[in-house]
Amino acid sequence: MVAIASYGAYIPVFRLGRQEMSQAWGIPGVPGERSVANADEDSITMAIAAGFECMAGIDPASVDGVYFASTTPPYTEKQCASVVASALDMRHDIFTADFTDSVRAATVAMRAACDAIESGSAKRVLVVAADNRPAEPETMWEQLLGDGGAAFLLSADGPATVRGFQSVTSEVIGPWRRSSDRYVRAFEPKLDTQYGYMASMLAVAKALAQKEGVGPKDLSKGVFSAGDPRAHVGLGRQLGLEMPQIQDTGFLLLGNTGTPQVLMMLAAALDAAKAGDKLLVANYGDGADAFLVEVKDAFPAVPGKRSLQTYLMTKRMLPNYNSYVSFRKLMDRDRFVPKSSPVIYWRDSKMELALYGSRCRKCGTVQYPPPRVCVQCGTKDELDEAKLSHKGTVFTFTLDHLVGGEYLNTPVPRVVADLEGGGRTFLQMTDCDPKEVSIGMTVELTLRCLHEGAGFHNYYWKCQPVRGG
Amino acid sequence: MPGIKDRVAIAGVGCTKFGELWEKDQEDLLVEAVYEALDDAGITPQDIEAAWVGVLYHFTGISGGTFAEPMKLFGKPVTRVENFCASGMDAFRNACFAVAAGVYDIVVACGVEKLLDQGSSGLPMEGGHPVMTGASAPGLFALAATRAFHEWGWTREDLARVAVKNHKNGVSHPKAHFRRAITMDDALNAPMIAWPLGRFDCCAMSDGSAALVITRPEIAKTMKHKDDYVVVKANALAVDSTFPMYRPGYNWLGFPATKKAAAMAYEEAGVKDPVKEIGFAEVHDCFTSTELFNMGDLGFVDPPKAAEAVRDGMTEVEGDIPINPSGGLKCFGHPIGATGCRMLYEVTKQLQGRADGMQVKDPVLGMAHNLGGPGSVCAVTILGRHD
Repeated sequence: MVAIASYGAYIPVFRLGRQEMSQAWGIPGVPGERSVANADEDSITMAIAAGFECMAGIDPASVDGVYFASTTPPYTEKQCASVVASALDMRHDIFTADFTDSVRAATVAMRAACDAIESGSAKRVLVVAADNRPAEPETMWEQLLGDGGAAFLLSADGPATVRGFQSVTSEVIGPWRRSSDRYVRAFEPKLDTQYGYMASMLAVAKALAQKEGVGPKDLSKGVFSAGDPRAHVGLGRQLGLEMPQIQDTGFLLLGNTGTPQVLMMLAAALDAAKAGDKLLVANYGDGADAFLVEVKDAFPAVPGKRSLQTYLMTKRMLPNYNSYVSFRKLMDRDRFVPKSSPVIYWRDSKMELALYGSRCRKCGTVQYPPPRVCVQCGTKDELDEAKLSHKGTVFTFTLDHLVGGEYLNTPVPRVVADLEGGGRTFLQMTDCDPKEVSIGMTVELTLRCLHEGAGFHNYYWKCQPVRGG
Repeated sequence: MPGIKDRVAIAGVGCTKFGELWEKDQEDLLVEAVYEALDDAGITPQDIEAAWVGVLYHFTGISGGTFAEPMKLFGKPVTRVENFCASGMDAFRNACFAVAAGVYDIVVACGVEKLLDQGSSGLPMEGGHPVMTGASAPGLFALAATRAFHEWGWTREDLARVAVKNHKNGVSHPKAHFRRAITMDDALNAPMIAWPLGRFDCCAMSDGSAALVITRPEIAKTMKHKDDYVVVKANALAVDSTFPMYRPGYNWLGFPATKKAAAMAYEEAGVKDPVKEIGFAEVHDCFTSTELFNMGDLGFVDPPKAAEAVRDGMTEVEGDIPINPSGGLKCFGHPIGATGCRMLYEVTKQLQGRADGMQVKDPVLGMAHNLGGPGSVCAVTILGRHD
């Protein structure tokens, strides 16, 4: 048996009203708003943020594999799952893999994880999925897409079982990107909707229902990924489901988040589910995958863990389309690139990504970065590793307008923060209005892409005002 | 330990005009400053037995060649000194020790920096950890100012008063970068650089060089300034954490390196009551808030009261302890390697009664305070008239 032990989701704090995009270009607008990843966010950071929610209260050493799913992996050569595993402080003797090239990658990874557990090659596998798909300016894609992440911990036991995987493959040219394309491309969507989406989704859903012996009345929810709201409802109707049984895609508040969409929908459905509920999950992309989730028990409440709903509700509206242009680096600008070194990144990865400091055996002082000689009492080489808290308090700060020798109109908040349980750090603050930074404010740490020094993604911690806190 | 007190004399000083010296390179600046110091001492380049040159940035110069090449003085011992923004005064300190040790009779300490060749929006970022540092210099010092606002109630007006005072002093100094008086409104309405520091709270990016001829008092007695040479009363250096941002429990209210260096210097010079005994001080006002912290760290005032003391005129040229009668870094800018030597140039000429700008009335002792890094390296020198 394979079960969901835990799950989590992440939505960037920033949203943009779709009317801002339609006004910017003078094109028709779609109602609602979409989520927009900050400039320092990418699929790895969003996957990690969702992964932390999923792993809240769970020992990372209990996990035997990390599968990363995205159509926007920040690296095309170099694994992304390894970054996720390092930041989540997983063991090194685990199996990591990236699943990509189709928004179906999320359920492909889920199926692979379940297979691994069923075969006995792993006891627990964490599946993380995230996307921030690039939309061509002046097209509806800018309004339709959204950014986010989700994570599921699959295990031999857990409150909800997963079973009955069904898959089909099909070759219809739906949305695509060649390796040379900057933006998502699409042909007239009717072909893909009818012969791709509807055909594949119906095939896997019906096969699953038949195999598991569940009819429409047995299902509490149908969780179907969808890019087209009409096709989404149409699919549910054809499967005999009533509207309340069809899990909302979140399109009005988020947009189509691509790879993590189906898992974010499943997270929302599980948040509302009760023992005995059965959910039929189906995901489309060059074919489709489907599986059945049956809720046995309520998922345990973990202190401090945030639901998808919390991420939905805690938001900051971007003032205009220009902010989106800036976040997405859609305008060519000369940008300052700090120096970096793969050697230092490798040597410091435990300190930088898993955020370890040290505690002096003699005087007990928790310090960061981990030194050879205690900063407090001067004792040499008698320090133990200390995993630092991701929450802290601002001790002092500045709002720095000078970045890399360039004057920025919007300053970068830089804060000295005392972490809960010890350790002092010096971090940039992100996802905030610089004006709200103050001494004594509580902050939480968030892993972001700091810069592209030496031509690779330099991930490191920043802090942000506590979301939903 | 004999210490350094009264064992080293300054026989001549030189200083270029500081500013945006687009048409000059480091060679021009260093040659001008050193030759002025040599003329002042009444000696020739060939009389120099050894030299120390303070430089921070590699683009200004690396190696002892930073001095030897422009001076075309080859085959002599020359050392490049780098110790953050205190590089200049540390060059002087090392030169003093060589003379006091009796190894050389006449040496030169100098400093130079050519910042404007790299543009003018803040100090170039060099070295450091790829992700753990990265704040601008104003950003780092602002961390302390924010804390003093919170703990001691200092305000942006308190900072602005320091800028107004130093700009007032700098008007008279022919070698200053800025010779314009400013108003409180000018200071308060300037663009923000790193909260709470606005443009007039920050020293400028400038080019410049300064140099000193150093010898023993018994030799100084035979030289051009035989009647008014100046002696070193104390010379202290303290190096504290390069990353105070990460230091558990550090209160950010002032800079430990200054407190330590000042204590060492006062002990060596035998100074018990600095405000009474020290005639004036050139202190490192890289930022106006730093000048306020320095007042407390140097023991001039109860640290939280520094803002009040400036308001009451304590640090004006006519005050109890004039601070930065030259106009300070606020008016000279801060060509890193040059600043420490520029301060010593100023203190020497004040003690000799021949200040270029505002002359302090009849000082016996003068102090120069050079602070580097995020408050992490501090050099304090006390000079005095000879007996």
